[in-house]
Amino acid sequence: MGLAVGCRAKPGKARDNRTGSWRVFKPSFDRGKCTKCGMCMTLCPEGCIHQTEEEFVEPDYTYCKGCGICAEECPGEAIAMKQEEK
Amino acid sequence: MVDKSLELFDSGHRACGGCGAALAARLVLKGAGKNTIVVSSTGCMEVFSTPYPETAWKVPWIHSLFENAAAVASGVEASLKKQGRTEKVVIMGGDGATFDIGMICISGAFERGHDFTYICYDNEAYMNTGIQRSGATPYDASTTTSPAGKCSFGNKRPKKDMPQILAAHGAPYVATASVAYPADLMQKVEKAINTKGPCYLQVHAPCCTGWGFEGEQTIAIAKLAIETGLWVNFEMIDGKVAKVKKVVRKPVEEYLKTQKRFRHLFKPKRQDAEIAAIQAIADRNAEKYGIDIKLKKE
Repeated sequence: MGLAVGCRAKPGKARDNRTGSWRVFKPSFDRGKCTKCGMCMTLCPEGCIHQTEEEFVEPDYTYCKGCGICAEECPGEAIAMKQEEK
Repeated sequence: MVDKSLELFDSGHRACGGCGAALAARLVLKGAGKNTIVVSSTGCMEVFSTPYPETAWKVPWIHSLFENAAAVASGVEASLKKQGRTEKVVIMGGDGATFDIGMICISGAFERGHDFTYICYDNEAYMNTGIQRSGATPYDASTTTSPAGKCSFGNKRPKKDMPQILAAHGAPYVATASVAYPADLMQKVEKAINTKGPCYLQVHAPCCTGWGFEGEQTIAIAKLAIETGLWVNFEMIDGKVAKVKKVVRKPVEEYLKTQKRFRHLFKPKRQDAEIAAIQAIADRNAEKYGIDIKLKKE
């Protein structure tokens, strides 16, 4: 019988942990101002901002912690942080 | 060229909102690509990315102890070599594991010349256990083991010059990067991975909890560190500085004011002598690496 050493987990299993519940401020994206530069996608520490088919960006609110880096760094000021009602 | 659109560090990790280290991990894996094996030392990144049975890593990942990440990576690399496999070995360690605890194993592995890339995400203290000072903590920063108060202005010692130590080991590629310049960071990771031999990359990763600022300021503060000259982005090839990020320098105050760990320098009384001492550190950096852009006089 093989002896199991250490702990193993499936790759990317952290997705079970829905960190979106941590959020206080929610980013809202203004498509009129978005220049599709992709800065928010690059700088999101969660990696939860994705491009839609029309190349606009959209965060995955299941994981967005509402840190606000995207809103702070957006060169077109197309992202606004609003307090979330839960 | 690696495919930089891959997300190999997944959502759902438990880092604080606005974590610089989490962003560093994401960008490093984007630069490294999927043909990578990651070895982590103990630290904040190990804890927030892999609370059992979860893991945010989508590449093979191993953690053993605080001090031996470089030794584990040496073994992994030797085994891959014996099997004729092409995976690249990347080590992700914090500044505590790199500057203090893992120093012996790192020195040994660099001296033996294993083909790996050591990446230190430098958040300038032991953040995971409650912000204790490390060898990477800058001068005058207040931490829980170097608290500022009546008798002290915080950490009394300047930051250890780790890149120079590892360059002195004969590392072919030593560089520093910052999360504020993601394209530069990814490019440096790619370059380090494709350089044969032990390479070292030190990434400046602000910690909102430990440094005391709001999460959305992470990038702005990392940028200020470079613009004031307190952090220098450079590349060293075979021990010689080959490329430096040049800036029009701002006074260090602008960087210090943004963080709670330096608050005692401004309140209750402004400490001009201490601020001047920190400015002198920035001036020395500027002179050593030649980061100043000289503006033409009108």
